[in-house]
Amino acid sequence: MEKNHINHLLELEAESIYVIREVASQFEHPTMLFSGGKDSIVMFHLARKAFWPAKVPFPLLHIDTGHNFKETIEFRDNLVKKTEAKLIVGYVQDAIDSGKSIEEKGVNASRNILQTTTLLDSIEKNKFDAAMGGARRDEEKARAKERFFSHRDEFGQWDPKNQRPELWNIFNGKKNMGEHFRVFPISNWTEMDIWQYILMENIEIPKLYFTHKREVFNRDGIWLANAPFMQLKKDEQIEVRDVRCRTIGDITCTGVTLSKANTLEDIIQEVAATRTTERGGRADDKRSEAAMEDRKKEGYF
Amino acid sequence: MAKEIKNYTEEKKSGYLNMELLRFTTAGSVDDGKSTLIGRLLYDSKAIFQDQMEAIEIASERKGDEEVNLALLTDGLRAEREQGITIDVAYRYFATPKRKFIIADTPGHIQYTRNMVTGASTANVAVILIDARNGVLEQTIRHAYIASLLQIPHIIVCVNKMDLVDYNKENFENIRNDFNKFSAKLNVKDVRFVPVSAKVGDNIVDRSENMDWYNGPTLLYLLENIHISNDYNFVDCRFPVQYVIRPQSKEFPDYRGYAGRVAGGVFKINDKVKILPSGFTSVIKSIDTMGESLEEAFPPQSVTITLKDDIDISRGDMIVRATNGPNIGQDIDLMVCWFNEKPLQLKGKYAVKHTTKDVRCMVTEIKYKVNINNLENNTEDKTIGLNDIGRISIRTTKPLLYDSYRKNRITGSIILIDEATNETVAAGMIL
Repeated sequence: MEKNHINHLLELEAESIYVIREVASQFEHPTMLFSGGKDSIVMFHLARKAFWPAKVPFPLLHIDTGHNFKETIEFRDNLVKKTEAKLIVGYVQDAIDSGKSIEEKGVNASRNILQTTTLLDSIEKNKFDAAMGGARRDEEKARAKERFFSHRDEFGQWDPKNQRPELWNIFNGKKNMGEHFRVFPISNWTEMDIWQYILMENIEIPKLYFTHKREVFNRDGIWLANAPFMQLKKDEQIEVRDVRCRTIGDITCTGVTLSKANTLEDIIQEVAATRTTERGGRADDKRSEAAMEDRKKEGYF
Repeated sequence: MAKEIKNYTEEKKSGYLNMELLRFTTAGSVDDGKSTLIGRLLYDSKAIFQDQMEAIEIASERKGDEEVNLALLTDGLRAEREQGITIDVAYRYFATPKRKFIIADTPGHIQYTRNMVTGASTANVAVILIDARNGVLEQTIRHAYIASLLQIPHIIVCVNKMDLVDYNKENFENIRNDFNKFSAKLNVKDVRFVPVSAKVGDNIVDRSENMDWYNGPTLLYLLENIHISNDYNFVDCRFPVQYVIRPQSKEFPDYRGYAGRVAGGVFKINDKVKILPSGFTSVIKSIDTMGESLEEAFPPQSVTITLKDDIDISRGDMIVRATNGPNIGQDIDLMVCWFNEKPLQLKGKYAVKHTTKDVRCMVTEIKYKVNINNLENNTEDKTIGLNDIGRISIRTTKPLLYDSYRKNRITGSIILIDEATNETVAAGMIL
């Protein structure tokens, strides 16, 4: 590398830190969505870098479906304690109890869609005017068309045909009363960049990402983890396999990968060699060709 | 930190940590095969995953296409798939061992010129497609003009669909000559031409066996090897203050850091600096990132600078070298590209965003509109409407600290915002 040149990871880092600082400057009550997955862990790490030696000047917001891997919650609580971050949790269960959300029925039932209602409620209740999310454009084709600063109307809806043009690194966060923004600081990162950066920065991640023995069953070619609220079809059988998570989301719709990857280097090799996208294991995206676009229009992040 | 990374790579000897990032934008007229070209780049460089490939195989079959339609890989929104067009800028990613690439895939239709400007604003390279059967069209001129207006340092012209003109050499050369004829009027320094067929895969990633007469590089080879390390201004030091960091904690009771992204030049510890607009001078005490201090900082790094003196500095101020400052002024001439259905209003007031500063402005003069068909300046019809480009003068409520866009793409660019709707209505390049 030549003089005055930084590698691709440091350039992505510099861009993300710039975006996060813009959010803290342009909005009064920003928040950062935190799921306990690797993308939000990296995003939070970038936020800490952006404001060091001061604390991160906004709270984290976790939308809890109640269907978690227990390791995720433990990891979240540890991280929050260690970094003295402020954490707000919005419970999907609350919306179900109050009758605002109705739980899906059947074997493929998932609370993933219900996150939208709870997310919008939490934004309103806490008067957040910007919510940062760890979505990446390489994840899904509707996300490939997102801006860094994504304007949402008062119903939290996304209008993909009427997005504000985003030029250079000048971000327009101006809005009317009641409207808010979703901001995606790691838009330009790929799955590979995330892993390389975790390795480079030596960032702690949940053990779920490394190989472990787990009770799983196979549904339509996807390995799902067994949990008390999972309903098995007749021909499905629980087996114990060596698996790891490629993404961590709601347990009902996040597939696990058969893997013996034990270190970050192993994972990077695996990611480099793999021939399916990480959302290929997400049952929520498989519902239709435009599943993500539809959810985003309604206010999903 | 830069040092630590170096040690790290030396230890690990992992090649991937030395990858460069290159951003490019693609432009072409409708049906020039742009989506297919990107699909081909992704496919041949093995950036497409099996489940994505299976999804488009099924979709192609359903639509009755004979071959797998690579264009389907990039059409993200439902309306796009239904109408077979691209509506909005889509970002794509792929990597080779040398570089990580970010593609801003922008639509070619006239009504979406604003998207091309958006994609061009951050690009190192513009890939412009021309259909070998049609040659240089009005839209080609528009695309090349926008690339030059936004000062994209490098242009690669892909003459596509060579398979449909029997891989004819003369055909390619005529287009190259036509392009060079009009681009002589533009400010473009580095233009390369490649004859390709995106559909067949000629000269995209692999060398074509159908064009013996072409000895030049493939598109991917150019993208991997074009020299981009001088694309930033490393001479004139500019640091727009983005955020002031004051922890007021037990550990850091008196820390006062100025966070931002270096917009130009190389800042070093102990450099004598000047703060604008106040004009106070001081010396750089440290350049910080989390837990570490750097010896120097340069574009596009995001860092926090501390100074030896206590000076009142806030967002929108600029730290520069004591002997080399930007222009300071309220009357500014610029080229604008207009994005809104409601035309630019003479004497109209707009909100302005420039680096980290927010001001308001009034449009004091519309000098001319550019006729982008012949690249002549029209001083008679000065209505600047959706997708028009023109030269205007504005007066800002407070002085801006700026450079010409030609000198620095960061301190030379602004956006105009409609104060009633909050929409971004124009991109401005300061003259």
